[in-house]
Amino acid sequence: MRRLAKRLSRVFASDPQADRVVPPSGFTAQLTLFAAGAMAFLAVFALALSLASGRLAARWGDELGRSATIRIAAPADQQQAQTEAALRILETTRGVQSARAFTSEEQAALLAPWFGTELSLDALPVPQLIEVIETSGGMDPAGLRLRLAAEVPGAVLDDHSRWRAPLVKAASRLRFLGWTAIVLIGAVMAAMVTLAAHAALAANAQVIRVLRLVGATDDYIAQAFIRRFTLRALSGASAGMVLGMLAVLLMPRGGDETASFLTGLGFQGWHWILPLVLPLLAAVVAFIATRLAARRTLEELS
Amino acid sequence: MIELENVAYSYGGAELLSDISLKLAPGSFHFLTGPSGAGKTTLMKLCYGALLPTAGHVRLFDADVRGLTRDDVAMVRRRVGVVHQDCQFLDHLPVRENVALPLHVSGRSQEAAGEDLNDLMHWVGLTKRANALPPELSGGERQRAALARAVIMSPEVVLADEPTGNVDWDMSQRLLRLLIELNRMGKTVLVATHDLGLIRATKTHVQARVLRIANRRIQLAGADL
Repeated sequence: MRRLAKRLSRVFASDPQADRVVPPSGFTAQLTLFAAGAMAFLAVFALALSLASGRLAARWGDELGRSATIRIAAPADQQQAQTEAALRILETTRGVQSARAFTSEEQAALLAPWFGTELSLDALPVPQLIEVIETSGGMDPAGLRLRLAAEVPGAVLDDHSRWRAPLVKAASRLRFLGWTAIVLIGAVMAAMVTLAAHAALAANAQVIRVLRLVGATDDYIAQAFIRRFTLRALSGASAGMVLGMLAVLLMPRGGDETASFLTGLGFQGWHWILPLVLPLLAAVVAFIATRLAARRTLEELS
Repeated sequence: MIELENVAYSYGGAELLSDISLKLAPGSFHFLTGPSGAGKTTLMKLCYGALLPTAGHVRLFDADVRGLTRDDVAMVRRRVGVVHQDCQFLDHLPVRENVALPLHVSGRSQEAAGEDLNDLMHWVGLTKRANALPPELSGGERQRAALARAVIMSPEVVLADEPTGNVDWDMSQRLLRLLIELNRMGKTVLVATHDLGLIRATKTHVQARVLRIANRRIQLAGADL
Protein backbone atom coordinates (compact mmCIF):
# COMPACT_ATOMS: atom_id res chain seq x y z
CA MET A 1 0.00 0.00 0.00
CA ARG A 2 2.79 2.37 0.88
CA ARG A 3 4.58 1.48 -2.33
CA LEU A 4 1.42 2.25 -4.27
CA ALA A 5 1.16 5.63 -2.54
CA LYS A 6 4.77 6.36 -3.36
CA ARG A 7 4.28 5.47 -7.00
CA LEU A 8 1.12 7.54 -7.14
CA SER A 9 2.89 10.54 -5.70
CA ARG A 10 5.50 10.15 -8.42
CA VAL A 11 2.73 10.45 -10.95
CA PHE A 12 1.85 13.86 -9.62
CA ALA A 13 5.40 15.04 -9.11
CA SER A 14 5.54 16.40 -12.60
CA ASP A 15 8.41 15.97 -14.98
CA PRO A 16 7.27 18.13 -17.87
CA GLN A 17 9.88 16.66 -20.19
CA ALA A 18 8.75 13.10 -19.50
CA ASP A 19 5.26 14.21 -20.44
CA ARG A 20 6.39 15.63 -23.72
CA VAL A 21 8.19 12.55 -24.99
CA VAL A 22 4.83 10.99 -25.79
CA PRO A 23 3.03 12.95 -28.50
CA PRO A 24 -0.27 14.47 -27.45
CA SER A 25 -3.28 12.42 -28.50
CA GLY A 26 -6.40 14.51 -28.92
CA PHE A 27 -9.32 12.26 -29.62
CA THR A 28 -8.56 9.23 -27.45
CA ALA A 29 -7.76 11.56 -24.57
CA GLN A 30 -11.25 13.04 -24.84
CA LEU A 31 -12.74 9.57 -24.87
CA THR A 32 -10.93 8.54 -21.72
CA LEU A 33 -12.02 11.72 -20.02
CA PHE A 34 -15.61 11.22 -21.09
CA ALA A 35 -15.69 7.58 -20.04
CA ALA A 36 -14.18 8.31 -16.65
CA GLY A 37 -16.71 11.10 -16.18
CA ALA A 38 -19.67 8.94 -17.15
CA MET A 39 -18.53 6.13 -14.89
CA ALA A 40 -18.14 8.47 -11.93
CA PHE A 41 -21.58 9.93 -12.61
CA LEU A 42 -23.11 6.45 -12.55
CA ALA A 43 -21.08 5.52 -9.50
CA VAL A 44 -22.52 8.48 -7.58
CA PHE A 45 -26.03 7.15 -8.20
CA ALA A 46 -25.10 3.60 -7.31
CA LEU A 47 -23.58 4.94 -4.13
CA ALA A 48 -26.70 6.98 -3.33
CA LEU A 49 -28.85 3.93 -3.95
CA SER A 50 -26.71 1.74 -1.72
CA LEU A 51 -26.65 4.22 1.12
CA ALA A 52 -30.39 4.98 0.89
CA SER A 53 -31.38 1.31 0.85
CA GLY A 54 -28.98 0.70 3.71
CA ARG A 55 -30.70 3.40 5.72
CA LEU A 56 -34.09 1.99 4.83
CA ALA A 57 -33.13 -1.53 5.89
CA ALA A 58 -31.82 -0.23 9.19
CA ARG A 59 -34.93 1.85 9.84
CA TRP A 60 -37.40 -0.87 8.99
CA GLY A 61 -35.51 -3.41 10.97
CA ASP A 62 -35.33 -1.07 13.93
CA GLU A 63 -38.82 0.39 14.06
CA LEU A 64 -40.76 -2.72 13.21
CA GLY A 65 -38.51 -4.92 15.21
CA ARG A 66 -39.32 -3.13 18.39
CA SER A 67 -43.08 -3.49 18.33
CA ALA A 68 -45.52 -6.39 18.28
CA THR A 69 -49.29 -6.81 18.36
CA ILE A 70 -51.47 -9.25 20.25
CA ARG A 71 -54.89 -9.92 18.87
CA ILE A 72 -57.54 -11.36 21.14
CA ALA A 73 -60.49 -12.95 19.43
CA ALA A 74 -62.80 -14.30 22.11
CA PRO A 75 -66.55 -14.52 22.68
CA ALA A 76 -67.83 -11.08 23.66
CA ASP A 77 -68.36 -11.95 27.30
CA GLN A 78 -64.78 -13.24 27.74
CA GLN A 79 -62.98 -10.58 25.79
CA GLN A 80 -62.47 -8.18 28.62
CA ALA A 81 -61.22 -10.88 30.99
CA GLN A 82 -58.83 -12.30 28.42
CA THR A 83 -57.46 -8.86 27.61
CA GLU A 84 -56.72 -8.23 31.24
CA ALA A 85 -55.10 -11.64 31.56
CA ALA A 86 -52.92 -10.95 28.56
CA LEU A 87 -51.86 -7.57 29.93
CA ARG A 88 -50.95 -9.25 33.24
CA ILE A 89 -48.80 -11.75 31.44
CA LEU A 90 -47.10 -9.00 29.47
CA GLU A 91 -46.31 -7.09 32.66
CA THR A 92 -44.24 -9.98 33.85
CA THR A 93 -42.66 -10.80 30.50
CA ARG A 94 -39.03 -9.94 30.18
CA GLY A 95 -38.20 -7.66 27.25
CA VAL A 96 -41.52 -5.89 27.23
CA GLN A 97 -41.24 -2.19 27.87
CA SER A 98 -44.91 -1.38 27.80
CA ALA A 99 -48.17 -2.90 26.67
CA ARG A 100 -51.43 -1.17 26.06
CA ALA A 101 -54.83 -2.24 24.88
CA PHE A 102 -56.23 -0.16 22.06
CA THR A 103 -59.34 1.75 23.00
CA SER A 104 -62.45 1.14 20.97
CA GLU A 105 -62.05 4.58 19.37
CA GLU A 106 -58.56 3.74 18.22
CA GLN A 107 -59.76 0.44 16.81
CA ALA A 108 -62.59 2.21 15.05
CA ALA A 109 -60.05 4.60 13.50
CA LEU A 110 -57.95 1.67 12.29
CA LEU A 111 -60.98 0.06 10.69
CA ALA A 112 -62.43 3.24 9.27
CA PRO A 113 -60.68 2.91 5.91
CA TRP A 114 -62.53 -0.38 5.36
CA PHE A 115 -65.89 0.11 7.02
CA GLY A 116 -66.31 3.85 7.12
CA THR A 117 -67.04 5.85 10.24
CA GLU A 118 -70.76 5.19 10.30
CA LEU A 119 -70.56 1.65 11.53
CA SER A 120 -70.69 0.94 15.22
CA LEU A 121 -68.12 -1.64 16.23
CA ASP A 122 -70.31 -2.90 19.01
CA ALA A 123 -72.36 -4.75 16.44
CA LEU A 124 -69.32 -6.64 15.16
CA PRO A 125 -67.13 -9.24 16.86
CA VAL A 126 -64.01 -7.14 16.46
CA PRO A 127 -60.95 -8.63 18.14
CA GLN A 128 -59.19 -6.59 20.78
CA LEU A 129 -55.68 -5.38 19.89
CA ILE A 130 -52.81 -4.91 22.34
CA GLU A 131 -49.76 -2.96 21.29
CA VAL A 132 -46.52 -4.26 22.76
CA ILE A 133 -43.36 -2.12 22.75
CA GLU A 134 -40.20 -4.09 23.32
CA THR A 135 -37.10 -2.99 25.16
CA SER A 136 -33.97 -2.67 23.12
CA GLY A 137 -32.97 -6.16 24.25
CA GLY A 138 -36.06 -7.63 22.60
CA MET A 139 -38.39 -10.31 23.94
CA ASP A 140 -38.73 -14.02 23.33
CA PRO A 141 -41.83 -14.35 21.11
CA ALA A 142 -41.94 -18.16 21.32
CA GLY A 143 -41.99 -18.13 25.12
CA LEU A 144 -44.65 -15.47 25.19
CA ARG A 145 -46.74 -17.46 22.74
CA LEU A 146 -46.63 -20.52 25.00
CA ARG A 147 -47.68 -18.56 28.04
CA LEU A 148 -50.50 -16.85 26.13
CA ALA A 149 -51.70 -20.18 24.76
CA ALA A 150 -51.91 -21.55 28.28
CA GLU A 151 -53.78 -18.66 29.87
CA VAL A 152 -55.45 -16.65 27.09
CA PRO A 153 -56.74 -19.12 24.50
CA GLY A 154 -58.01 -16.42 22.16
CA ALA A 155 -54.71 -14.52 21.87
CA VAL A 156 -52.53 -14.46 18.79
CA LEU A 157 -49.12 -12.81 18.96
CA ASP A 158 -47.91 -11.09 15.81
CA ASP A 159 -44.34 -9.90 16.26
CA HIS A 160 -44.25 -8.35 12.76
CA SER A 161 -41.35 -10.53 11.76
CA ARG A 162 -43.47 -12.20 9.13
CA TRP A 163 -43.77 -9.12 6.98
CA ARG A 164 -40.76 -7.30 8.32
CA ALA A 165 -38.27 -9.91 7.15
CA PRO A 166 -38.90 -9.69 3.39
CA LEU A 167 -38.85 -5.90 3.47
CA VAL A 168 -35.56 -5.75 5.29
CA LYS A 169 -34.25 -8.48 3.03
CA ALA A 170 -35.30 -6.56 -0.09
CA ALA A 171 -33.67 -3.40 1.15
CA SER A 172 -30.47 -5.25 2.02
CA ARG A 173 -30.44 -6.89 -1.38
CA LEU A 174 -30.89 -3.52 -3.02
CA ARG A 175 -27.94 -2.21 -1.07
CA PHE A 176 -25.88 -5.22 -2.15
CA LEU A 177 -26.84 -4.61 -5.78
CA GLY A 178 -25.78 -0.99 -5.41
CA TRP A 179 -22.35 -1.96 -4.16
CA THR A 180 -22.06 -4.59 -6.88
CA ALA A 181 -22.83 -1.89 -9.42
CA ILE A 182 -20.03 0.26 -7.99
CA VAL A 183 -17.57 -2.62 -8.21
CA LEU A 184 -18.68 -3.32 -11.79
CA ILE A 185 -18.32 0.34 -12.71
CA GLY A 186 -14.78 0.22 -11.34
CA ALA A 187 -14.04 -2.93 -13.33
CA VAL A 188 -15.45 -1.45 -16.54
CA MET A 189 -13.30 1.59 -16.03
CA ALA A 190 -10.23 -0.57 -15.53
CA ALA A 191 -11.06 -2.43 -18.73
CA MET A 192 -11.57 0.80 -20.62
CA VAL A 193 -8.37 2.40 -19.42
CA THR A 194 -6.51 -0.81 -20.26
CA LEU A 195 -7.87 -0.70 -23.81
CA ALA A 196 -7.08 2.97 -24.19
CA ALA A 197 -3.59 2.49 -22.78
CA HIS A 198 -2.96 -0.44 -25.10
CA ALA A 199 -4.07 1.67 -28.04
CA ALA A 200 -1.83 4.53 -26.96
CA LEU A 201 1.14 2.23 -26.45
CA ALA A 202 0.61 0.58 -29.82
CA ALA A 203 0.23 3.93 -31.56
CA ASN A 204 3.48 5.07 -29.98
CA ALA A 205 5.57 1.98 -30.68
CA GLN A 206 7.99 4.14 -32.66
CA VAL A 207 8.39 6.57 -29.75
CA ILE A 208 9.01 3.68 -27.39
CA ARG A 209 11.66 2.24 -29.73
CA VAL A 210 13.49 5.56 -29.87
CA LEU A 211 13.34 5.95 -26.10
CA ARG A 212 14.68 2.44 -25.54
CA LEU A 213 17.45 3.15 -28.02
CA VAL A 214 18.68 6.20 -26.15
CA GLY A 215 18.71 4.38 -22.85
CA ALA A 216 15.30 4.97 -21.28
CA THR A 217 14.24 2.39 -18.72
CA ASP A 218 10.83 0.75 -18.92
CA ASP A 219 9.87 2.67 -15.80
CA TYR A 220 10.56 6.00 -17.43
CA ILE A 221 8.57 5.13 -20.54
CA ALA A 222 5.68 3.64 -18.58
CA GLN A 223 5.60 6.70 -16.35
CA ALA A 224 4.81 8.99 -19.25
CA PHE A 225 1.73 6.90 -20.12
CA ILE A 226 0.70 6.17 -16.55
CA ARG A 227 0.77 9.84 -15.62
CA ARG A 228 -1.34 10.74 -18.57
CA PHE A 229 -4.07 8.18 -17.98
CA THR A 230 -4.13 8.65 -14.22
CA LEU A 231 -4.62 12.38 -14.57
CA ARG A 232 -7.26 11.89 -17.24
CA ALA A 233 -9.20 9.46 -15.08
CA LEU A 234 -8.87 11.79 -12.11
CA SER A 235 -10.12 14.89 -13.92
CA GLY A 236 -12.82 13.06 -15.87
CA ALA A 237 -14.11 11.33 -12.75
CA SER A 238 -14.03 14.59 -10.80
CA ALA A 239 -16.25 16.27 -13.36
CA GLY A 240 -18.60 13.27 -13.46
CA MET A 241 -18.72 13.17 -9.68
CA VAL A 242 -19.62 16.85 -9.40
CA LEU A 243 -22.38 16.46 -11.97
CA GLY A 244 -23.66 13.33 -10.26
CA MET A 245 -23.74 15.04 -6.89
CA LEU A 246 -25.57 18.01 -8.36
CA ALA A 247 -28.13 15.67 -9.86
CA VAL A 248 -28.62 13.93 -6.51
CA LEU A 249 -28.91 17.30 -4.81
CA LEU A 250 -31.61 18.37 -7.25
CA MET A 251 -33.72 15.25 -6.64
CA PRO A 252 -37.13 16.26 -5.30
CA ARG A 253 -37.42 15.78 -1.52
CA GLY A 254 -40.42 15.29 0.72
CA GLY A 255 -42.99 12.70 1.62
CA ASP A 256 -43.17 11.06 4.99
CA GLU A 257 -40.42 8.96 6.43
CA THR A 258 -41.58 5.51 5.43
CA ALA A 259 -42.80 6.30 1.95
CA SER A 260 -39.66 8.21 1.15
CA PHE A 261 -37.55 5.56 -0.48
CA LEU A 262 -37.55 7.37 -3.82
CA THR A 263 -37.53 10.86 -2.39
CA GLY A 264 -34.95 9.81 0.19
CA LEU A 265 -32.48 8.72 -2.50
CA GLY A 266 -29.47 10.80 -1.64
CA PHE A 267 -26.74 11.38 0.87
CA GLN A 268 -27.13 12.28 4.50
CA GLY A 269 -24.62 13.75 6.89
CA TRP A 270 -21.08 12.54 6.49
CA HIS A 271 -22.13 10.34 3.57
CA TRP A 272 -21.66 13.41 1.40
CA ILE A 273 -17.93 12.79 1.76
CA LEU A 274 -18.09 9.35 0.15
CA PRO A 275 -18.61 10.47 -3.47
CA LEU A 276 -15.53 12.67 -3.11
CA VAL A 277 -13.51 9.47 -2.86
CA LEU A 278 -14.69 8.29 -6.30
CA PRO A 279 -12.24 10.36 -8.40
CA LEU A 280 -9.37 9.13 -6.26
CA LEU A 281 -10.52 5.55 -6.72
CA ALA A 282 -10.79 6.17 -10.45
CA ALA A 283 -7.23 7.50 -10.46
CA VAL A 284 -5.97 4.46 -8.58
CA VAL A 285 -7.80 2.12 -10.95
CA ALA A 286 -6.40 3.95 -13.99
CA PHE A 287 -2.93 3.94 -12.48
CA ILE A 288 -2.92 0.21 -11.89
CA ALA A 289 -4.54 -0.61 -15.24
CA THR A 290 -2.09 1.55 -17.23
CA ARG A 291 0.86 0.24 -15.29
CA LEU A 292 -0.04 -3.36 -16.02
CA ALA A 293 -0.76 -2.59 -19.68
CA ALA A 294 2.52 -0.70 -20.08
CA ARG A 295 4.52 -3.46 -18.39
CA ARG A 296 3.02 -6.07 -20.66
CA THR A 297 3.50 -4.06 -23.84
CA LEU A 298 7.05 -2.98 -23.05
CA GLU A 299 8.13 -6.54 -22.30
CA GLU A 300 6.95 -7.52 -25.75
CA LEU A 301 8.94 -4.78 -27.47
CA SER A 302 12.67 -5.14 -27.55
CA MET B 1 34.49 -2.98 -23.88
CA ILE B 2 32.51 -4.98 -26.37
CA GLU B 3 33.51 -8.57 -26.87
CA LEU B 4 32.00 -11.22 -29.10
CA GLU B 5 33.09 -14.79 -28.64
CA ASN B 6 32.13 -17.47 -31.20
CA VAL B 7 28.87 -15.68 -31.75
CA ALA B 8 26.28 -16.98 -34.16
CA TYR B 9 22.99 -15.43 -35.09
CA SER B 10 20.20 -16.95 -37.13
CA TYR B 11 16.88 -15.60 -38.27
CA GLY B 12 14.29 -18.35 -38.24
CA GLY B 13 16.73 -21.21 -38.68
CA ALA B 14 18.87 -19.69 -41.43
CA GLU B 15 22.22 -18.74 -39.99
CA LEU B 16 23.28 -15.22 -40.91
CA LEU B 17 26.41 -14.96 -38.82
CA SER B 18 28.48 -17.78 -37.41
CA ASP B 19 31.57 -18.16 -35.31
CA ILE B 20 32.22 -14.46 -34.97
CA SER B 21 34.86 -13.39 -32.51
CA LEU B 22 35.56 -9.72 -32.13
CA LYS B 23 36.98 -7.47 -29.48
CA LEU B 24 36.58 -3.71 -29.54
CA ALA B 25 39.42 -2.34 -27.46
CA PRO B 26 39.10 1.11 -25.87
CA GLY B 27 40.09 3.87 -28.24
CA SER B 28 40.07 1.70 -31.36
CA PHE B 29 38.49 2.64 -34.68
CA HIS B 30 36.90 -0.15 -36.69
CA PHE B 31 35.10 -0.28 -39.98
CA LEU B 32 32.64 -3.05 -40.63
CA THR B 33 32.02 -3.74 -44.26
CA GLY B 34 30.49 -6.34 -46.51
CA PRO B 35 27.76 -6.60 -49.12
CA SER B 36 24.19 -5.62 -48.32
CA GLY B 37 22.40 -8.27 -46.33
CA ALA B 38 25.66 -9.74 -45.07
CA GLY B 39 24.64 -9.00 -41.49
CA LYS B 40 26.31 -5.68 -40.70
CA THR B 41 23.24 -4.26 -38.98
CA THR B 42 22.65 -7.54 -37.15
CA LEU B 43 26.21 -7.48 -35.85
CA MET B 44 25.76 -3.88 -34.71
CA LYS B 45 22.56 -4.82 -32.90
CA LEU B 46 24.36 -7.63 -31.15
CA CYS B 47 26.88 -5.03 -29.97
CA TYR B 48 24.31 -2.88 -28.16
CA GLY B 49 22.08 -5.59 -26.80
CA ALA B 50 19.18 -5.17 -29.21
CA LEU B 51 19.59 -8.79 -30.25
CA LEU B 52 20.72 -11.80 -28.28
CA PRO B 53 23.13 -14.21 -29.99
CA THR B 54 21.74 -17.62 -30.83
CA ALA B 55 25.09 -19.14 -29.90
CA GLY B 56 28.28 -17.91 -28.28
CA HIS B 57 28.71 -15.03 -25.88
CA VAL B 58 28.44 -11.26 -26.19
CA ARG B 59 29.99 -9.31 -23.37
CA LEU B 60 29.19 -5.63 -22.99
CA PHE B 61 31.40 -3.89 -20.45
CA ASP B 62 32.34 -7.29 -19.01
CA ALA B 63 28.76 -8.45 -18.52
CA ASP B 64 27.19 -11.24 -20.57
CA VAL B 65 24.16 -9.88 -22.41
CA ARG B 66 22.13 -12.94 -21.52
CA GLY B 67 22.37 -12.02 -17.88
CA LEU B 68 21.26 -8.41 -18.39
CA THR B 69 17.83 -7.28 -17.27
CA ARG B 70 15.91 -4.77 -19.36
CA ASP B 71 17.07 -2.01 -17.08
CA ASP B 72 20.68 -3.18 -17.41
CA VAL B 73 20.34 -2.95 -21.18
CA ALA B 74 19.05 0.60 -20.76
CA MET B 75 22.13 1.42 -18.70
CA VAL B 76 24.40 -0.10 -21.36
CA ARG B 77 22.76 2.12 -23.99
CA ARG B 78 23.73 5.17 -21.97
CA ARG B 79 27.36 4.12 -22.37
CA VAL B 80 27.04 3.23 -26.04
CA GLY B 81 26.05 5.87 -28.55
CA VAL B 82 24.20 4.43 -31.52
CA VAL B 83 23.63 6.08 -34.88
CA HIS B 84 20.94 4.07 -36.60
CA GLN B 85 20.82 3.38 -40.27
CA ASP B 86 17.36 4.97 -40.42
CA CYS B 87 17.78 7.63 -37.77
CA GLN B 88 14.69 7.55 -35.62
CA PHE B 89 13.58 10.63 -33.75
CA LEU B 90 10.59 11.79 -31.81
CA ASP B 91 8.97 13.65 -34.65
CA HIS B 92 6.89 15.93 -32.46
CA LEU B 93 9.89 17.40 -30.61
CA PRO B 94 12.37 19.88 -32.09
CA VAL B 95 15.85 18.71 -33.04
CA ARG B 96 17.44 20.29 -30.00
CA GLU B 97 15.24 18.30 -27.63
CA ASN B 98 15.77 15.14 -29.62
CA VAL B 99 19.51 15.56 -29.29
CA ALA B 100 19.12 16.11 -25.53
CA LEU B 101 16.73 13.16 -25.16
CA PRO B 102 19.34 10.76 -23.70
CA LEU B 103 19.99 13.31 -20.94
CA HIS B 104 16.30 13.60 -20.15
CA VAL B 105 15.65 9.88 -19.99
CA SER B 106 18.61 9.33 -17.71
CA GLY B 107 17.46 12.00 -15.28
CA ARG B 108 20.08 14.59 -16.24
CA SER B 109 17.65 17.12 -17.68
CA GLN B 110 19.37 20.08 -16.08
CA GLU B 111 22.43 19.45 -18.28
CA ALA B 112 20.27 19.87 -21.36
CA ALA B 113 20.06 23.56 -20.62
CA GLY B 114 23.82 23.88 -20.43
CA GLU B 115 26.40 25.21 -22.80
CA ASP B 116 27.48 21.70 -23.77
CA LEU B 117 24.37 21.17 -25.82
CA ASN B 118 24.97 24.40 -27.71
CA ASP B 119 28.56 23.37 -28.37
CA LEU B 120 27.42 20.01 -29.60
CA MET B 121 24.79 21.53 -31.90
CA HIS B 122 27.46 23.82 -33.23
CA TRP B 123 29.91 20.94 -33.68
CA VAL B 124 27.47 19.09 -35.92
CA GLY B 125 26.50 22.33 -37.63
CA LEU B 126 22.84 22.29 -36.60
CA THR B 127 22.67 25.46 -34.52
CA LYS B 128 20.39 27.12 -37.03
CA ARG B 129 18.16 24.08 -37.31
CA ALA B 130 17.83 23.52 -33.55
CA ASN B 131 14.13 24.35 -33.46
CA ALA B 132 13.14 22.49 -36.59
CA LEU B 133 11.18 19.27 -36.32
CA PRO B 134 13.00 16.12 -37.46
CA PRO B 135 10.78 15.53 -40.51
CA GLU B 136 11.86 18.93 -41.80
CA LEU B 137 15.53 17.96 -41.86
CA SER B 138 17.49 16.79 -44.89
CA GLY B 139 19.16 13.38 -44.91
CA GLY B 140 22.52 14.80 -43.92
CA GLU B 141 21.05 16.90 -41.15
CA ARG B 142 19.25 13.89 -39.77
CA GLN B 143 22.46 11.88 -39.75
CA ARG B 144 24.29 14.67 -37.94
CA ALA B 145 21.49 15.09 -35.43
CA ALA B 146 21.60 11.34 -34.82
CA LEU B 147 25.34 11.54 -34.28
CA ALA B 148 24.93 14.44 -31.85
CA ARG B 149 22.30 12.47 -29.94
CA ALA B 150 24.58 9.44 -29.89
CA VAL B 151 27.44 11.31 -28.27
CA ILE B 152 25.67 13.70 -25.91
CA MET B 153 26.02 11.30 -23.00
CA SER B 154 29.74 11.19 -23.69
CA PRO B 155 29.59 7.44 -24.32
CA GLU B 156 32.62 5.19 -24.30
CA VAL B 157 31.63 3.55 -27.56
CA VAL B 158 30.01 4.99 -30.67
CA LEU B 159 28.35 2.56 -33.06
CA ALA B 160 27.34 4.03 -36.40
CA ASP B 161 25.36 1.95 -38.87
CA GLU B 162 25.72 3.35 -42.40
CA PRO B 163 25.97 6.91 -41.10
CA THR B 164 26.60 8.09 -44.63
CA GLY B 165 23.88 5.96 -46.16
CA ASN B 166 21.84 8.64 -47.86
CA VAL B 167 24.05 11.70 -47.94
CA ASP B 168 26.35 13.04 -50.63
CA TRP B 169 30.13 12.67 -50.68
CA ASP B 170 30.91 15.99 -49.01
CA MET B 171 28.49 15.36 -46.22
CA SER B 172 29.79 11.83 -45.66
CA GLN B 173 33.30 13.29 -45.43
CA ARG B 174 32.09 15.72 -42.78
CA LEU B 175 30.38 13.00 -40.80
CA LEU B 176 33.47 10.84 -40.93
CA ARG B 177 35.57 13.73 -39.71
CA LEU B 178 33.26 14.06 -36.73
CA LEU B 179 33.69 10.37 -35.97
CA ILE B 180 37.46 10.64 -36.31
CA GLU B 181 37.44 13.57 -33.89
CA LEU B 182 35.46 11.49 -31.42
CA ASN B 183 38.00 8.71 -31.77
CA ARG B 184 40.82 11.15 -31.06
CA MET B 185 38.97 12.09 -27.89
CA GLY B 186 39.34 8.49 -26.84
CA LYS B 187 36.04 6.99 -27.88
CA THR B 188 35.84 3.53 -29.34
CA VAL B 189 34.23 3.78 -32.77
CA LEU B 190 32.67 1.13 -34.97
CA VAL B 191 31.31 2.23 -38.33
CA ALA B 192 29.38 -0.10 -40.58
CA THR B 193 29.48 0.93 -44.22
CA HIS B 194 29.53 -0.63 -47.65
CA ASP B 195 31.31 2.42 -49.09
CA LEU B 196 34.91 1.37 -49.67
CA GLY B 197 35.87 4.80 -51.01
CA LEU B 198 34.91 6.27 -47.69
CA ILE B 199 37.04 3.76 -45.83
CA ARG B 200 40.03 4.54 -48.01
CA ALA B 201 39.56 8.26 -47.48
CA THR B 202 39.36 7.79 -43.74
CA LYS B 203 42.34 5.51 -43.40
CA THR B 204 44.64 8.35 -44.30
CA HIS B 205 43.50 10.21 -41.16
CA VAL B 206 43.17 7.50 -38.57
CA GLN B 207 44.51 4.10 -37.67
CA ALA B 208 41.42 2.12 -38.61
CA ARG B 209 40.97 -1.61 -38.80
CA VAL B 210 38.61 -2.95 -41.41
CA LEU B 211 36.46 -5.97 -40.67
CA ARG B 212 34.68 -7.64 -43.52
CA ILE B 213 31.74 -9.96 -43.26
CA ALA B 214 31.88 -12.66 -45.89
CA ASN B 215 30.33 -16.10 -45.89
CA ARG B 216 28.73 -15.48 -42.48
CA ARG B 217 32.16 -14.96 -40.93
CA ILE B 218 34.24 -11.96 -40.10
CA GLN B 219 37.68 -11.38 -41.56
CA LEU B 220 40.26 -8.74 -41.03
CA ALA B 221 40.60 -7.09 -44.41
CA GLY B 222 44.14 -6.70 -45.63
CA ALA B 223 46.04 -3.98 -47.39
CA ASP B 224 43.99 -4.36 -50.55
CA LEU B 225 41.84 -1.49 -49.48
